[in-house]
Amino acid sequence: MKFFHLVLANLGRHKRRTLLTIASVALALFLFASLQTVVTTLERASQFGGARRLVMTNASGFILPLPLSYANRLSAGKGITNVTWANWFGGKYGDNKAFFAQFAVDAKSYLEMYPELVVPEDQKQAFLQERSAALIGVRLLDRFGWRVGQNVTLQGTIFPGDWTFTIRGVYTPSDAVINDDMMLFHHEYLEERIGRPGIAGWYIIEVDDADNAAATAKTLDDQFRNSSAPTKTGTEQAFNASFATMWGNVSLLMGTIGLAVVFAILLVTANAMMMSARERTGEVAVLKTIGFSDGTLFSLVMVEAGFIALTGALIGLGGAKLLYRLSNFNAGGFLPGFDVTTRTLVIGTGIALLLMLASGLVPALRAARLPVVQALRRVE
Amino acid sequence: MKIPLSYNARSLLQRPVSTAFTALGIGLVVAVFIGMLALANGFRAALVRTGSAENVLILRDGADSELSSSLERQAVSILTASSHVATGGDGRPMVSPEAYVVIPLPRKGFDTTGLANVVVRGVSPAVWSVRANLDIVAGRRPESGRSEVCVGEKMAGRFDHTAIGETLRFGGRDWTVVCRFTAGGSAFESEIWGENEQVLPVFRRETFQSLTFRLKDAGAFEEAKRALEADKRISVDVYREADFYAQQSQLLGSILEVLAIMITGIMALGAVFGAINTMYAAVASRSPEIAVLLTLGFPPRSVLASFLAESALIALVGGVIGMLIALPVNGMVTSTTNWASFSEIAFSFRITPGLLLSGLVFALLMGVIGGFFPARRAAKQPVVQALR
Repeated sequence: MKFFHLVLANLGRHKRRTLLTIASVALALFLFASLQTVVTTLERASQFGGARRLVMTNASGFILPLPLSYANRLSAGKGITNVTWANWFGGKYGDNKAFFAQFAVDAKSYLEMYPELVVPEDQKQAFLQERSAALIGVRLLDRFGWRVGQNVTLQGTIFPGDWTFTIRGVYTPSDAVINDDMMLFHHEYLEERIGRPGIAGWYIIEVDDADNAAATAKTLDDQFRNSSAPTKTGTEQAFNASFATMWGNVSLLMGTIGLAVVFAILLVTANAMMMSARERTGEVAVLKTIGFSDGTLFSLVMVEAGFIALTGALIGLGGAKLLYRLSNFNAGGFLPGFDVTTRTLVIGTGIALLLMLASGLVPALRAARLPVVQALRRVE
Repeated sequence: MKIPLSYNARSLLQRPVSTAFTALGIGLVVAVFIGMLALANGFRAALVRTGSAENVLILRDGADSELSSSLERQAVSILTASSHVATGGDGRPMVSPEAYVVIPLPRKGFDTTGLANVVVRGVSPAVWSVRANLDIVAGRRPESGRSEVCVGEKMAGRFDHTAIGETLRFGGRDWTVVCRFTAGGSAFESEIWGENEQVLPVFRRETFQSLTFRLKDAGAFEEAKRALEADKRISVDVYREADFYAQQSQLLGSILEVLAIMITGIMALGAVFGAINTMYAAVASRSPEIAVLLTLGFPPRSVLASFLAESALIALVGGVIGMLIALPVNGMVTSTTNWASFSEIAFSFRITPGLLLSGLVFALLMGVIGGFFPARRAAKQPVVQALR
């Protein structure tokens, strides 16, 4: 566009105003991207789940245990290729009672079932062979400054007393949606110390064919319906999805705030554009007199608005993407895999374009329709 | 000598669109600020009100929530016999050993879909006098020995089968709903209460989770705590009931507050930028006027104050708009999971006069910060040049 230098000159005339407006747009889109990413991360978590993995919990409530004796019956089931189980431990670490997720798992089958937990082979063997060994997520190394081989002592809240584990391995999740700040240890160790009550928190069952998952789940629930602990079995994805809904209506909250943010910034930008336009009434009249067409003047203002909106978008959206990437943010373990998605970036850019239209349209039309004589008279 | 405020008001009316846009921008920030803090406030209030200062709550030593605690029957009898327990009108100790279980119940309506984790609390028949803020608003108390339950006021409408006379199914048994209770807006209102001796066996529990008793002497909490925690026969942690539930709201309450402050902080920065733009434009377009004021003998200080006041005035209007936008959320019921107890709790957005006031102060702050540099520019303006 041959008049681009004119646009630049206009933008540079009130440098402070231009910069502040760009900054407002950038802040708004940064906030938008952050809020949206909370929603997409939760969505992603609720969609995650191995197609062949089923989760079985106690039908009376997932905090209630299931008998450990179910394991054998499950393994013998038709179409079932693997069975593992886990227990929530709920320990606290250190003087300030730091919290992170710990699970007592049947180590060998658990790691078979979750190839997403990537562990170096030697560490894996070391972990499997030692009864009081622990496998920790890579984030915990940084968080607590732990090393492989170190002993850590947790205070049990559900299972009272001090529990000491030796860190034998570190896993890295191959999928960011899996928490990288968990600690796994041997279920056998837990059973032994609490007097072998024979309980498992929940079972994870692998079926040979994802298409049979629903049917298998039903067969299993029927099988245990009249036993001491009836079960509720569903796909891992359904289990994760029900966890995600526990937050309540997050997407509505985030959406409402996002809307308010975008609207507030629209006002700021539109105001700035209108102020600029008003101050330039005389100039526009002069430009018209020397032969600038209405269309050209219209696009001059629109391009100016577009420059502000898109530069702001670039800084705000790019900034959000980079910040969360580099800081490895996961909201204290609640939102693993917090990363601004491409879709969010596209929507953000779309908002910037709308911002350009909404803030530029009125001033641009006014410039295009300005009656020359009248405007010149006003300027004198 | 001060420049009258009416000068500023008239100036603002001279450029209504610009003023309205700036005020509305600030208003939206204030609305989000009030709305989010009302959410945090409501959540905290629900939990803080759950406990009473006259009651003592006992958990197993080291347990950090009712969910992770367990108390043997023997411990319960020792605690019940303690001399610190008040005696009720019927001559029996005011004690409620409680079972605490979380069950899945399908939510109804549009709020959110899927299963919610709801607390089932097995209470002793004495609980209605132990906890002072309880009020049965419909129906009658569950009878001892029967599978009857009383549901919290906030359960009704959010879950099916919670009306009086209907049958709720959980723990492999049918329970008749015989009453609905309120508990001063607290978290108890999101729970289902049945008799402890009925609830324990259906969940195959042998131990209670907690025990709540009324203090004989409300001032003797520390003494009771020392005595019970020192008792060699039992290993328990003793809390003031009010403190315990307040502490359960710490995690989520703080998350909500930090979020509110971060989000509105960033929004506020954007709004301040907007205010700066508006005020600079105002100063620039009125430079002859300002010069006249200075020539007339108004000291620069007054000009500074006047423009600050103008900016504050816009912000104040914005603050009021924000308050009006936010007000309708007051009392709206929402729900979330309290991760400290792993159960869903329903609570209302709570806007207090103090919160409205802080919204207004927040708006003023934005106005004053946004107006400062433009106002200084106005005050320092060279007179002669502007007049020419």
